[in-house]
Amino acid sequence: MPQKSFRAAINEALKLEMRRDPRVVVMGEDVAGGRGGSANNEEAWGGPFGMTKGLIKEFGGARVLDTPISEAAFVGAAAGAAMTGLRPVAEVMFVDFTGVCFDQIMNQIAKIRYMFGGKATLPLVIRMLYGAGFRAGAQHSQCLYPIFTHLPGLKVAVPSNPHDAKGLLISAIRDDDPVLFFEHKAILGMKNEVPDEAYAIPLGKARLAREGKDATIVAIGRMVHMAERAAAALAKEGIECEIVDPRTTSPLDVDAILTSVRKTGRLVAVDEAYPRCNMATDIVALAAGECWRALKAAPCMVSPPHVPVPFAASLEDLYIPDAARVADAVRRTMAS
Amino acid sequence: MQQSRDELLRAYRTMRLVREFDERLHVEFKTGEIPGFVHLYAGEEAVAAGICAHLEAKDHIASTHRGHGHCIAKGCAPEAMMAEIYGRAAGLCGGKGGSMHIADLSKGMMGANGIVGAGTALVCGAALTAKTLGTGGVAVAFTGDGGSNQGTVFEAMNLASVWRLPAIFVFENNGYGEASAAEWALAGGDIARRAPAFDMPGHQVDGTDYFAVWEAMRQAVARARGGEGPSLIECRMKRYYGHFEGDTQAYRAKDEVETLRKTADPLDRFRARVTAAGLIQGAELDGIDTEARAEIDRAVAYAKAAPLPVPEALHTHVYAND
Repeated sequence: MPQKSFRAAINEALKLEMRRDPRVVVMGEDVAGGRGGSANNEEAWGGPFGMTKGLIKEFGGARVLDTPISEAAFVGAAAGAAMTGLRPVAEVMFVDFTGVCFDQIMNQIAKIRYMFGGKATLPLVIRMLYGAGFRAGAQHSQCLYPIFTHLPGLKVAVPSNPHDAKGLLISAIRDDDPVLFFEHKAILGMKNEVPDEAYAIPLGKARLAREGKDATIVAIGRMVHMAERAAAALAKEGIECEIVDPRTTSPLDVDAILTSVRKTGRLVAVDEAYPRCNMATDIVALAAGECWRALKAAPCMVSPPHVPVPFAASLEDLYIPDAARVADAVRRTMAS
Repeated sequence: MQQSRDELLRAYRTMRLVREFDERLHVEFKTGEIPGFVHLYAGEEAVAAGICAHLEAKDHIASTHRGHGHCIAKGCAPEAMMAEIYGRAAGLCGGKGGSMHIADLSKGMMGANGIVGAGTALVCGAALTAKTLGTGGVAVAFTGDGGSNQGTVFEAMNLASVWRLPAIFVFENNGYGEASAAEWALAGGDIARRAPAFDMPGHQVDGTDYFAVWEAMRQAVARARGGEGPSLIECRMKRYYGHFEGDTQAYRAKDEVETLRKTADPLDRFRARVTAAGLIQGAELDGIDTEARAEIDRAVAYAKAAPLPVPEALHTHVYAND
């Protein structure tokens, strides 16, 4: 099976769905990139990270829409277009930029269907880069999916690898609900096996990334890789970890998480988002409420400190939860 | 005059229905039976009627918190609107939206909106759909003098112009954003002058003059349907009621509303013009008045008798499959 990068998987999913359904349009800042410039190169960029490369060539400017730097306008336009018959995929370059279009996401997109008594459907996807490790400072490095997971009416996908990214994005585009789609910038170049054809991975279905009997690690997005490294190290100490990758935080595959926790009796939740009210706290609360008696030890949470993401490489490396910290947390649960 | 007698009768009927709808809400709200709060449109009827006179089923509008007039003018059923405002299952949104979120996409009505200015961005999307699918439709965003100062509105106007969308931005400058006068909050003094900055025509009309609104909209719609891009229309008038029902309106001079009702009533102006021109007899308009009153009576009775939403409705319509 062909090995493809996360970046290529996203690009392929977009192309396949645009071929399949003429109502799918892509919009965002520089998704073509280069319009009106002196080079007269309509596709100078293909997206600031090259994720949408080749789309305008194949589908033309009517379906690949560059926008001014106006997130509120084009995210709102994506919503209005979705309500009236298109299936837009809007790209908000960095999730941090949702600060300027939060009303459109929180008060319009998330609520319109409910407020209108089910008489509106909003099939739209908002793709965003997220996460630390890029030396990009506090305004280009946040996770923020817990904020959107908090809001009823939204679905939230946080794929951990290229294979899942393609399948989840295809599902997101075909879904009749608004889906916020998170792509970690530190794994854009990561490769794994990605079939050429279109395939859909259901939203709300976790992946068992590793089987084990001693402790459950639930990890989100890029943190799955930290969990895998930790599990490999712990295996040498005779500790067998099970890793659950929820793939989507809304809907959350609660059953998969609880089934694993009931099996191992130990839980470590790993989340790169700020530690208050993040996915780790949510998952630990779920486990405490639903399978208290199955727990052999107090669950552990591994998250960054409650600070903005620092710029200096030395500080950012301290900030990001790593495999060593995950392994320590597992050892703590094993000790009690 | 370029409008047929039938069109004029329809416009008057719309204005009278809108007036009766909100005048009646003013009365009924005091009984305490209506949950939440309502924002009344009385005094602004010529705008909704003059704008929507040009719209067809394929066209879309997005409205404001003061949206009852736009809904009626775009064809929403007054009975189902009233039931929605009363929070009943028979309401347009099953009682889950209320006055501030009335919507009926089957009529091209994309919703009243509790967030000032937000509808302008949604309308860019509806206009994009029309352009992309080649429906020939246009999309109209209503907002106010308050909305005219929102960043989203500037972004939406710029985007509509850059994308050359069949969008029309209608600003109802009704004198007040909540309690603050537009004269104070609106730098530059008027909204229409902001249009050229976004490379679109800016019309400024008397919002109590149905014919002036109609003519500005005729030009804007022709431009939009012709693929030439967006327009802005600023309609100036003052609302008869407060920001919301219960507003003491301590920010207005005591005689302001009384004077408005005497000198700036869009329905009186319309009546005077069409009867003076000999186009329609006063008695015919009286008949419309009576019918409108009866229709609103029926709507209120229908709403009051309609069942409340079932408890299960709390959980439905969050996502497409529930």
